[in-house]
Amino acid sequence: MTIDFASFTPLAALAGGALIGLAAAMLVLCNGRIAGVSGIVGGLLRPNANAAGDVGWRLAFVIGLLAAPLLYQLFAALPASVIASGNGGIIIAGLLVGIGTRYGSGCTSGHGVCGLSRFSARSLVATLTFMAAGFITVFVMRHVLDVA
Amino acid sequence: MNALFAFLAGLVFGIGLIVSGMSNPAKVIGFLDLAGWWDPSLALVMVGAIAVGAGAYALAKRRTTSLLGLPMLLPAATHIDRRLVLGSALFGVGWGLAGICPGPALVLAGAGFAQGGLFVAAMVAGMAIFEGLERFNGRARATR
Repeated sequence: MTIDFASFTPLAALAGGALIGLAAAMLVLCNGRIAGVSGIVGGLLRPNANAAGDVGWRLAFVIGLLAAPLLYQLFAALPASVIASGNGGIIIAGLLVGIGTRYGSGCTSGHGVCGLSRFSARSLVATLTFMAAGFITVFVMRHVLDVA
Repeated sequence: MNALFAFLAGLVFGIGLIVSGMSNPAKVIGFLDLAGWWDPSLALVMVGAIAVGAGAYALAKRRTTSLLGLPMLLPAATHIDRRLVLGSALFGVGWGLAGICPGPALVLAGAGFAQGGLFVAAMVAGMAIFEGLERFNGRARATR
């Protein structure tokens, strides 16, 4: 393992992380809900289970995420986002993320941030599992198949 | 009120993703690439988020209603089963392939990246496939 100090951005990472934690705090303390993005989006596809008003807060949270880069751009240029995958790769990855997060009941935000903040053993297992799968996938893609 | 606070939480969440570098798939893959030039930044995103989140959840656990008077809906599930592990593993493979997870996907789509929109469409399709399979399995069990 070689640490890439040129790319390491500890202060921005901590500050951005604190904002993510603040957002999770707002949603649980004001709305009584877990800030898990896959659960919030997935709940929109389950109209039968939705009580009145359930669609509204979910859509509002999603619109907030979509609007965030627009708000950011009012104050500063957006930092670069580099997407190396082609369209085929994006579609396969998106399908896996959609199916996997619903079967696993959460993603980086629901298990990784909220679950670990609640000290949930279930979320710890989920987080260790998707991190390990992510490490292995990148290892295979970059160092075995040499395609990314 | 309910929707307004959810919107604000989504907005702050998205800004946090941008500031932290999570909305840059190349940086996420740099974190997942342990064998290459490893960028440990994203571990600190988790540290920052949990440092703030843990305090909030400690408060939330002691309440039955939120500040807006809504029921406090915290997950009750504690079992660790095959669905949790296999689902999380599938998610991790998808995350490693593109460097994109659900929150950053929405931020990238909002920023106007066509591939962000494509990822969100594929992700929602994946979630719909899950719903369809669940409904099919439920019906199969009910008629058995």
